[in-house]
Amino acid sequence: MADPILEVRGLNKSFGPVHVLHDVDLTVYPGQVTALVGDNGAGKSTLVKTIAGINSLDSGEILFEGAPVTISDPSDAAKLGIEFVYQDLALADNLDITQNMFLGREIRRFGFMADGEMERKARETLTGLSVRTVSSVRQVVANLSGGQRQTVAIAKAVLWNSRIVFLDEPTAALGVAQTRQVLDLVRRLADQGLGVLLISHNMNDVMEVADRVVALYLGRVAAEVETKNSSVTEIVELITTGRSGNLGLAPATANESI
Amino acid sequence: MSEQTTHPTTTPAARSGPDTDQTTERASSFSLDIDRRNVRDAVRGYLDRLRSGEPGALPSVLGLLVLGVIFYLVSDRFLSANNIGNLPGQGAYIAIIALGLVFVLLLGEIDLAAGTTGGICAGAAAQALASHGLRHGIPGAGALYWIVIVAMVAAAGLGFYLRAITGPVIVLIGVVITLTGLDSRPVFAIIFAVALGAAVGIFSGWLVASVGIPSFIVTLALFLAWQGLLLFLLNSQPIGTNGYPLWYGLAHDNMSPFWSWVFTIAVVGGYLAYTIFKSLRAQAKGLAADTMQLVLVRGLLIAVVAIVITALANQNRNTNQFKVINGLPWALTIPVMLMIVCTIALTKTTWGRHLFATGGNAEAARRAGIDVVHIKVTAFTICSAFGALGGVFLASNTGGAQLDLGSGNILLFAVAAAVIGGTSLFGGRGRPRDAIIGALVIVIIPNGIGLRPSLPASYQNLITGAVLLVAAAVDALSRRRSASR
Repeated sequence: MADPILEVRGLNKSFGPVHVLHDVDLTVYPGQVTALVGDNGAGKSTLVKTIAGINSLDSGEILFEGAPVTISDPSDAAKLGIEFVYQDLALADNLDITQNMFLGREIRRFGFMADGEMERKARETLTGLSVRTVSSVRQVVANLSGGQRQTVAIAKAVLWNSRIVFLDEPTAALGVAQTRQVLDLVRRLADQGLGVLLISHNMNDVMEVADRVVALYLGRVAAEVETKNSSVTEIVELITTGRSGNLGLAPATANESI
Repeated sequence: MSEQTTHPTTTPAARSGPDTDQTTERASSFSLDIDRRNVRDAVRGYLDRLRSGEPGALPSVLGLLVLGVIFYLVSDRFLSANNIGNLPGQGAYIAIIALGLVFVLLLGEIDLAAGTTGGICAGAAAQALASHGLRHGIPGAGALYWIVIVAMVAAAGLGFYLRAITGPVIVLIGVVITLTGLDSRPVFAIIFAVALGAAVGIFSGWLVASVGIPSFIVTLALFLAWQGLLLFLLNSQPIGTNGYPLWYGLAHDNMSPFWSWVFTIAVVGGYLAYTIFKSLRAQAKGLAADTMQLVLVRGLLIAVVAIVITALANQNRNTNQFKVINGLPWALTIPVMLMIVCTIALTKTTWGRHLFATGGNAEAARRAGIDVVHIKVTAFTICSAFGALGGVFLASNTGGAQLDLGSGNILLFAVAAAVIGGTSLFGGRGRPRDAIIGALVIVIIPNGIGLRPSLPASYQNLITGAVLLVAAAVDALSRRRSASR
């Protein structure tokens, strides 16, 4: 297996008296989809926000390609090539696909925007991701379906030679066919060598697209399993009780947290 | 007219992709990007947009035609060259204030004070001319001059702090002009007025964007306050501006026929050259583009209209035989030039793109790394600076700085102009040209009614209100249609 691209070691985070994350370890490998699962309040969002630099960390370290890094705000993450696609899509409805993909990072020539070049690159990126569902990169985002919008949001994240993409519930609001499109896209991102971290509540999605699953239980990593050696039942048990058979937290730890 | 062949270099992977069972809602694989748009496609696309709720300029142009026919029936003088030639002078101030408002409306904000800001700025400029430079003190309010100077310097500092550059620089130029006494000359007095407007805009933009007060409240407060300030600036005496040829000429004079042609040829030629160049280059590089045929048809239509207008304007239109009046009015060419500059700023610069993004989804803009506060402050600065220039045109049209300059319905007419033209009050949608077309609709109503003395003036606001309501209804219905898809 390749070396991990991102490693989180012994991460602790408290909000006042509430200890939200306990010694969390997380590893993301290039070319793999790592799923982060857990019940509401397990600390998934806090973990992602801490890596994104939105929250500060109390203790622990983050290693990018083996070297320790400090991420103190979202632009540090972007510089390292870590992109985040949030659940509420950060797209402007009144702009077209190209304009959205380049928002905030427009290509300029002589002080004016190079619209043609941006259009070409947007199309190249979508083509590279084998996206076939948009008829024009000049379409206004307001006219797109949920799946197409999610596709644009993901394509926007990978446009910048990013190394790792965090996806927060990318299929939450989608129908069957559109979920299919987005899951295919998630898989293709990993096949292109990116590290993908997928946050999801949907076990079918996770089993289908992820290589490894990290289950969080009340701020602790209950277990890290490979999907091919695991089952939906096992993962659901890890999520709900923190343990499953020999896997997971020691009974004392699991009960203590409640 | 034949369909253009697909461009060979684009998206080979997309077309030869293996899985064809993908559900596609519409034509896929960038089909619309590969096929060039020709005239038929453009017409069909336009009809589609109309049906799906993007009426564009159509309602306002239709409204203009309907009102034109009505007023032609009301008075045969309506379509006389003399009357049409007067329209720009009567409406330029609405067009210019509305142009500035488009920037603020694009953000989903409002500037209720643009009109009275124009009042104080034009009032200060008139006072500067009347008292041979403001530095000699504003009659009846000696300390006011220094308060204005300190406020302008503070606004410039605030602007630099908020990372705006152009606005504060203009404000400082205004400060220099008045401190050196240059504002006793009409050109510099008008520049000073614009600088004062920019200072007001930085201030109100800061209150909205940084302090977080709703723009409706901030600008309502300024709307009221400036009406009081204007009385101090004018020392409660109206100041005439007809004695300054430059100022008087803004709303009343024309370019010479020669320069009118130069203007028309430069504008139309520039438009044609740009669109043709863009189409050729886009086709060469395989980008989404219009066919040359479409570009030429559209360009020629615009050229014909512009040339006919210029040719008619260059005829003598004075009914009095002792003086010749011909050429394009400055009150037409200046707003058109401003509109072109605004259009370029909004569609070709990253700042304009970021303004649209902020108006469409401020959170998305923020996450994309856009400085939303900076965008809002600059938009308010532009709006107030245009408001100041609008106030100058208003004073030119009415003959001077009256005690109620810029108050009353003026701001609301400007908002109505932008909305009638197709700018949305909810932000994210609008174009500078909306302001010009809308202002034309607004101004022909009082003009047409004024031609038939037996018609009471009370019709004016009634008709304006009805037109605005229809325009807003078209906007609301179109939003609902695009939302329901």
